[in-house]
Amino acid sequence: MIGIQPIDQYARDISDEKQASVIDGSSKGTEKRYHSLHQDYPDPDAIRKLAASIKDHTLHHLGEYLAKADESLTARGVNVHYASTDEDARQAILGILRQHGVTQLTKSKSMAAEEIHLNPFLIENGVECLESDLGEFIIQLDGDEPSHIVKPIIHKNRRDIAKTFVREGVAADYNDDPETITRRARVFLREKYMQAQAGITGANFVCADTGRLALITNEGNSRFGMAPVQVHIALVGIEKVIPQEKDLAVFLNLLGRSATGQQLTVYTEFINGPRSANQPDGPEHMHVVFMDNGRTDVLASNCREILRCIRCGACQNVCPVYRQASGHAYRSTYGGPVGAVLSPILFGIRFPELADLPKASSLCGACNEVCPVDIPIPDLLLRLRDKAKKESVPSAGAIPMSPFATLATSPSLWRTAMTMSKAMNHLPIQVAPIKPLQDWLGQRTLPDSKGGDFRKWMKTHQANATRAGTTP
Amino acid sequence: MGTCLCDAFYDDVARATVEVLEHLGVSVEFPDNQTCCGQPAFNSGDWVASRKVARHCASVFSGDLPVIVPSGSCAAMNFHGNPLQFEEQSDSEIDSLARRTWEVMDFIFNGLGIKKWPGKFEESTRIVFHRSCHSRGTGSGEATLELLRSIENAVIVPFGQDEQCCGFGGTFSVTFPHISGRMGSLKLDHLLEAEPDILVSGDMSCLMHLTGLARTQGRPIEHLHAIQVLRNSLL
Repeated sequence: MIGIQPIDQYARDISDEKQASVIDGSSKGTEKRYHSLHQDYPDPDAIRKLAASIKDHTLHHLGEYLAKADESLTARGVNVHYASTDEDARQAILGILRQHGVTQLTKSKSMAAEEIHLNPFLIENGVECLESDLGEFIIQLDGDEPSHIVKPIIHKNRRDIAKTFVREGVAADYNDDPETITRRARVFLREKYMQAQAGITGANFVCADTGRLALITNEGNSRFGMAPVQVHIALVGIEKVIPQEKDLAVFLNLLGRSATGQQLTVYTEFINGPRSANQPDGPEHMHVVFMDNGRTDVLASNCREILRCIRCGACQNVCPVYRQASGHAYRSTYGGPVGAVLSPILFGIRFPELADLPKASSLCGACNEVCPVDIPIPDLLLRLRDKAKKESVPSAGAIPMSPFATLATSPSLWRTAMTMSKAMNHLPIQVAPIKPLQDWLGQRTLPDSKGGDFRKWMKTHQANATRAGTTP
Repeated sequence: MGTCLCDAFYDDVARATVEVLEHLGVSVEFPDNQTCCGQPAFNSGDWVASRKVARHCASVFSGDLPVIVPSGSCAAMNFHGNPLQFEEQSDSEIDSLARRTWEVMDFIFNGLGIKKWPGKFEESTRIVFHRSCHSRGTGSGEATLELLRSIENAVIVPFGQDEQCCGFGGTFSVTFPHISGRMGSLKLDHLLEAEPDILVSGDMSCLMHLTGLARTQGRPIEHLHAIQVLRNSLL
């Protein structure tokens, strides 16, 4: 089937400015990660492997650990809810907000919330919902979509943001100095924090043994959002459970370094439940919504390792295809290598539409090399390519492989073809009416064919050796 | 195992492999019925086709001899790709091929234990070594670097973003022509900035793509497979 792969098309169409932002942000991320891990660990691979095994163990016993987490959370006075689908999760959260009479809230950054498009849903239902992470706040102002797990506005530059602030009335005049931008957002958000009645967060980890939630940010926004409100709701994917608090030592050390090259993010919050009697402030009511939304299907598939993911974005930073095409090319909440695996199967119904994502990779394996939980992403991409082929999902630009298989299993035919390939040296193959070949040769000069020359040399070489009575 | 790229374009790389191994006292056989490892079909997701080719390859190389390949990519197909595509239908010949396959530099350094190469360049030679992606997680990259570094007058020059792929990826370069070309040009920028005398890699596929782009863009670059460097430096 002739045609252009959607992600290649995105990379052609992307503006130079946007691409420069993405390439700059992601290459810096890769460098920082490398230095912070290697300066502190003589063998960073060992800790990645340990983290992978903890996650695998948890996923193998997910039912047990969820039940344990439920018990620990409940004992701390947290209300635990379960949502099978995205709609269940949205309704559960709306129900909690209505129960507490909440009409205004702030929300810190959460990929789970992005996944179920929580923001627009709540706004449609009359709840004022403000993103408090600076990047997400800008995304919200622009009506844009995040394009990176950790740096949602990696595709924007400060000039874009300064313009947005003027347009949306956050600032009175244009100023693209980063510190001024941040200060202005801070003034604007502070007032909203004080008016809010609830705070919504995600959770990076939920410790099954104690029910403690670990939440990391660089802006302190989730912590700030919880201080003045009576209700805290945490929306958590079921794969965020870890067995014990002490496992945090492994994960927190990896997450900050992998995501932003920080030993730890600026804020690491441990949330023990609603406000206790001897605490001066904090939410009186705490709800945890555990969300499945396709995760058990992924767990049952041959790509279950992707559920180890701790959402650090290191694979996005290092991925050369992501750098060229940007996160938006992946047309789903998760872009880059993790998204190329997760999106087509997490949103199972969208598989045919997103089956091109796993093909957008040279299978270079850089993603696996940087992954803090050692997810074999290239293997998973290959399994999904096999799945697409088995399910006969059409693929743009695909080269039919059965003629190749016939040739490569017929040695004499193969040898003849190799010898014949020398004819290419004398033929104007670049004008052959095969579009992909033309494109390929338009960019590259092919070396001269030497088809069959090595075989000929080897025969003579071996014959000479035999004649000389020596073993070659 | 000669690889299809050596069969079609790079006869001297296969020849250098034989010459270096024989120099080390290894006797080399070349089964004439060999074709391709099957990677193009495997990467395209057509595992029905690629399993056929892999079975052919495994049967051509059956036995108990080590299988030496002058390509990190084809070697990884044998010891990593094949077990993956046969995970639900185990095949003893496939398993055996996986256990016996070595990328040639890995074989020399880690298999034969040759830690220094007694070669020499006439004058100081700046080498940029592109570690091909399929050698990630294997011993090949370190083996090649150590052996190259031990050659008299060889200077290994570092370059920017060396973890980045060249953008070839086999059929990827055909189905994603724009991204592949951009990745290759970026890689060339970084490589050329280091002002090398020679670009060296363990995979002719990366080199075919990179030097093909370089020639079309009017900035050609000398290039050799690492095994050619070992052989040439002995002469």
